[in-house]
Amino acid sequence: MNRRIDITLTVNGERVSRSVDTRLHLIDFLRMELGLTGAHTGCEHGVCGACTVRLDGDPVRGCLVMVASLDGSVVETIEGLSDTGEIRDLQEAFVARNAAQCGYCTPGMLVTAADILVESPEATREEIREHISGNYCRCTGYQAIVDAVEDVLKARRTSEAA
Amino acid sequence: MNEIVTPKSLGLSREDLPNSYIGRSVPRPNARKLVEGRATYTDDVTLPRLVHAAFLRSPHAHARIVSVDPAAALAVPGVVRVFTGADLAKVCDPWVAVLAHLKGMKSAPQYPLPLERATWQGEAVVAVVAESRAAAEDGVAALAVAFEPLPAQVDMETALAPGAVVIHPELGDNLVFTRTAETGDVAAAFAAAHRIVEATFHTGRHTGVTLEPRSIIADYNRADGTLTVHHSTQAPHMMQNVFATQLRMAEGDVRVICKDVGGSYGIKVHVYPDEMAVACMSKIMGRPVKFIADRFEAFGSDIHARDHRIKGRLAVDAEGRFLAFDIDDLTGIGPYSVYPRTSAVEGNQVVNLCGGPYAFANYRCTTTVVLQNKSPTCQYRAVGHPIATTVTEGLVDLAAEALGMDKVAIRRKNLIRDDAYPCTSPAGMRFEGLSHHASLDKLLAMVPVEKIRADQLEQRQRGIYRGLGLASFIELTNPSPFMYGIGGAKISAQDGCTVRMDPDGSLVALSGVTEQGQGTEAILAQIVAHGVGVPVSKVKVVTGDTQTTPYGGGTWACRGAGIGGEAALQSAIALKEQILEVAGAMLQAQGSSLDIIMGEVVDKATGQVRMPLAELGRIVYYRGDTLPKDLARELVQTRHFITKEYPFAFTNGIQASWLEVDVETGMVKLLEHWCVEDCGRVINPMLVDEQVRGGIVQGIGGALYEHCIYNEDGQLLTTTLADYLVPMAAEMPDMHVGHVETPTKESLLGAKGAGEAGTAGAPAAIMNAINDALSPLGARVLAQPFTPDRILRALGTIA
Amino acid sequence: MKWPAMGYARVESLDELWQVLDAAGPEAQILAGGQSLLATLSFRLSEPSGLIDITRIPALRGVSVTGGTLRLGALTRHADLGRDPLVAAHAPILAQAAPLIAHPAIRNRGTIGGSLALADPAAELPACMVALDATIVVASRSGERRVPAADFFQGLFTTDLQPGEIITAVDVPVATPASRQTIVEVTRRSGDYAMAGLAAVLAVTADRTVDAARLVFFGVGSGAEIARGASVALTGTKLTQATIAAAQGALAGDLDPPGDLHGGPELKRHLARVLTARALGPFLAPAEQAA
Ligand SMILES: Cc1cc2nc3c(=O)[nH]c(=O)nc-3n(C[C@H](O)[C@H](O)[C@H](O)COP(=O)(O)OP(=O)(O)OC[C@H]3O[C@@H](n4cnc5c(N)ncnc54)[C@H](O)[C@@H]3O)c2cc1C
Ligand code: FES
Ligand code: FES
Repeated sequence: MNRRIDITLTVNGERVSRSVDTRLHLIDFLRMELGLTGAHTGCEHGVCGACTVRLDGDPVRGCLVMVASLDGSVVETIEGLSDTGEIRDLQEAFVARNAAQCGYCTPGMLVTAADILVESPEATREEIREHISGNYCRCTGYQAIVDAVEDVLKARRTSEAA
Repeated sequence: MNEIVTPKSLGLSREDLPNSYIGRSVPRPNARKLVEGRATYTDDVTLPRLVHAAFLRSPHAHARIVSVDPAAALAVPGVVRVFTGADLAKVCDPWVAVLAHLKGMKSAPQYPLPLERATWQGEAVVAVVAESRAAAEDGVAALAVAFEPLPAQVDMETALAPGAVVIHPELGDNLVFTRTAETGDVAAAFAAAHRIVEATFHTGRHTGVTLEPRSIIADYNRADGTLTVHHSTQAPHMMQNVFATQLRMAEGDVRVICKDVGGSYGIKVHVYPDEMAVACMSKIMGRPVKFIADRFEAFGSDIHARDHRIKGRLAVDAEGRFLAFDIDDLTGIGPYSVYPRTSAVEGNQVVNLCGGPYAFANYRCTTTVVLQNKSPTCQYRAVGHPIATTVTEGLVDLAAEALGMDKVAIRRKNLIRDDAYPCTSPAGMRFEGLSHHASLDKLLAMVPVEKIRADQLEQRQRGIYRGLGLASFIELTNPSPFMYGIGGAKISAQDGCTVRMDPDGSLVALSGVTEQGQGTEAILAQIVAHGVGVPVSKVKVVTGDTQTTPYGGGTWACRGAGIGGEAALQSAIALKEQILEVAGAMLQAQGSSLDIIMGEVVDKATGQVRMPLAELGRIVYYRGDTLPKDLARELVQTRHFITKEYPFAFTNGIQASWLEVDVETGMVKLLEHWCVEDCGRVINPMLVDEQVRGGIVQGIGGALYEHCIYNEDGQLLTTTLADYLVPMAAEMPDMHVGHVETPTKESLLGAKGAGEAGTAGAPAAIMNAINDALSPLGARVLAQPFTPDRILRALGTIA
Repeated sequence: MKWPAMGYARVESLDELWQVLDAAGPEAQILAGGQSLLATLSFRLSEPSGLIDITRIPALRGVSVTGGTLRLGALTRHADLGRDPLVAAHAPILAQAAPLIAHPAIRNRGTIGGSLALADPAAELPACMVALDATIVVASRSGERRVPAADFFQGLFTTDLQPGEIITAVDVPVATPASRQTIVEVTRRSGDYAMAGLAAVLAVTADRTVDAARLVFFGVGSGAEIARGASVALTGTKLTQATIAAAQGALAGDLDPPGDLHGGPELKRHLARVLTARALGPFLAPAEQAA
């Protein structure tokens, strides 16, 4: 079996072709090969969520994805989500609520939070809390994050109703 | 409020002007990069010829290192070099972590990598440097290291007993430090007491779990003899001194750069042997070496904290007045005191802080700090405070129950009166001004106590057990040299700030305090904008570079706002005066008749705009020929600040926890949490609230979840994030934060620290709430974390 | 820690899989969602020679109902279980179980085949499958085997899977009107592996007589633990507080839990009793529930 695999995938809208080491998880690939340092690792064993990125439309743990397996996949990171403006309101709410302190968890938290906006636009505070469980934040105590997501859900509902 | 900070007395713009930022919830200017993934943490930095380090760590709690055979490791593709303790000792002197003012304190010399013995499981023993971290780990796996396991001293309770394993024979025993504070006549007070309550408390050993693990890149450049260290640290200048001293270099040849830091909470303010090893290896190899701890390494080598057993007694009279506290604290700190802050400070803080919020006359508290073969412990957020608060508030609730007194009433009766300051506590702490009663009033205005009590009764009928717990606390902030400096540690208690105006009228502030997410840079920008009179967006703040920022202590012990902020305010005020002097010369007006508002020089009396700062800058920097010859032109000022009157600026507060105990499963559900705290002048209410909330959740972690569990052989069992439980969002309550402001008069700004208040009080509030919930069932828990197992045992459900 | 060096191969069909498996030898492992396997690689506890990625095999996908059987392809993700209408209709316990497994990002990758093959003693799905009396469909180069779930799980991280075999699907008997399915667990934090959990599948007649009961515990033993005594205690009589108490009593003989970081065997036994009452309580007659 091969220890280097040729893959072509789409990262933040750009096609990327690489020959990758099978030992590489998606986050190390993004950070080391592509210089996309917005994705972080906090444990590399699937618990902290700092590595959450979007893969084929779904949030996943980047540290539990083998990049060699990603031929043909579509990956979006915080850099891409920032560039497209898809979560600008969410980012602004995070700033306004001080939902990021050290910011290390923030990119992963935003990818998870963005999922709430799509998956459960009617989410209650409890449901927001439940959904972001699995993304550790050691600084904020979570409340500001819940507030920020709640603000955006409300604002989006209002603007949709209008 | 301090008189001094009124706009009038300061000559500042009026508080309601747009650039009056002190006291306003301005969003952090540097938050944007965080939410867009554009921050720069240490691991984001790469350098040419960078190599990566990994460590073989001791699998034993205590073992002799018999031999190290690097041959197989060196044969691994990508491995560059292998280093042992002896290799590194050639370029690095060992350190001994004692403080002279902690009398009698002793510890053993510590090297980057041990020479003969490993003394805790997880201690780095051999280093492998390779082209990638993965290759370095392969090298570690291939190393042949022979250990001879030795008996380990794991239990702190037996560390001083006959037959204990003396971890460093040259020290004679395992006693690191002991201190007793005694005031009044404790024995007589207990003899005369109406009631005596007593209990033994445990705070579980836990750790910081910064989401960004410890990270360092050391880059020694042989060409010019300089060492540049990119470091995830709270104290760049302290580390500069440590690297220089231990590696026998001139301090000026060492530069520590610290960009974004992914959480610190005290974890990143210590000297870690593996990080020193990285600096040594870079010095030897003449190329940059990176080390990013992984999570397993973090659990086994980040400092742990709060491994205490505390016996406490409280004597009360018939009216419920406190007569005496008598406390005996024991703590195990691992095999070495941690450099340079030492591992005796936490126990010492317990002695300083027990009983702190209350007025009473007789006090005895002893701490005994012992060695053991577990990870070293040292200062972690709210050092000693949660321990002291747990004991104090636990005893207060016991006393209330013994007397049949209401838990609010007993506090009301004993809290130091708000008009009693300045005063000195029985433990010898000098309080400038606290607000326990005002804080309690505010708390009672926020917590619907009657509704809660009614609900509690009603739920009990249905077999649902809810409890309300209170915890008053004091917090030590703005430390002076009395904390470390007088003990001989090169830890700066002063801090400086340089503020300059550039040609376009924008300001740059360079500060010795650092940012790890608290919002330091934001409040510095607010203070400088306020002080000079510009929009906050016109201020750029630079921190975390020993070569460019004024010398300072960094951010720890809640000193960023109080010390760094004051230095910034004073330099901003000085710069403003200077700008107005230049403006006066240009406008042929008295500087004192002018003001600066939103970046424009205005006529003070009329508010009429006279000149934008950009115009002033243009003339000063490019057309200096048009100005009077003798006019001073440097639009830059530096001020340093140190507190002088009080060793520490104490803050105070009170917390309340409302929770439900599932008495069948032993699970605790947090319903709501409140905190009122008084950190003096609040510079940015939102940031303070968020510090408090984050701190509360770390306190909750210690109270309910977090525990470094060891087996009898000294093997750490909680080495992954799946085993060591950190609070997650679903279980956390909404937290309400209120403020009372008693500014310190030591500074213009009047700010004290706020970062540790949440952590200081939360565990005690939760303990008291659980015990309140369990009280009809006659159960009580005193050992943290309050796990389902412990609660069910207390209930007698399981034996 | 970084993963050890290893090979990787992606297969697009079962035939290709058999070939690659033959060539790769016994040290190679199947990679499905990777949510357990890749995490353990970072502990460097196992060092497989290579991983064979089965996620692109179409035959392992899909959820369908034929006759009385709900078929779940091995690659059905936990997230799919949580939102698939067929699952909700025909095996509601699996829909209930899904949100209890880890967190959304993990549920987006983790597969039912991976969870069953791993046989973690605290995992939800193995217990559900035993409670449902599901059949694990196993295939190898030499053909297909159908193994009742109760026989498939053989202890701590141990199953009946033989070298060269994979799980291709699970067949679950569809719920009848008499079916009562529920899963309850105690976890320290949302999404954690259970300190103790119970998957219960009962057939209850209109007059609340329990025709059949399968109580299967997790997190209290070496795998999915069938509480035979408790199940028998419930069967053939009306469900009442008394029969629940009898079932609780029978657990003493059914379970022999080991201790873990959360506590000792006694804690686990106690939680198992509590969970029994909590799982079955909602199926009591309304009058008895209030009591
Ligand atoms: C933080 C965290 C929390 C978790 N919490 C829970 C929890 O609460 N409850 C729970 O049940 N699980 C939990 N999990 C595990 C998760 O459910 C996994 O998805 C699951 O256990 C494995 O599924 P997978 O598809 O990811 O398998 P993989 O990780 O790919 O494989 C697991 C094992 O199964 C083998 N395998 C995979 N598919 C097949 C197949 N079709 N045939 C034969 N062998 C196969 C692999 O070779 C490997 O040995 C958690 C995981 C993480 C990271
Ligand atoms: S780094 Fe992936 S979950 Fe922690
Ligand atoms: S902001 Fe620091 S971990 Fe979340």
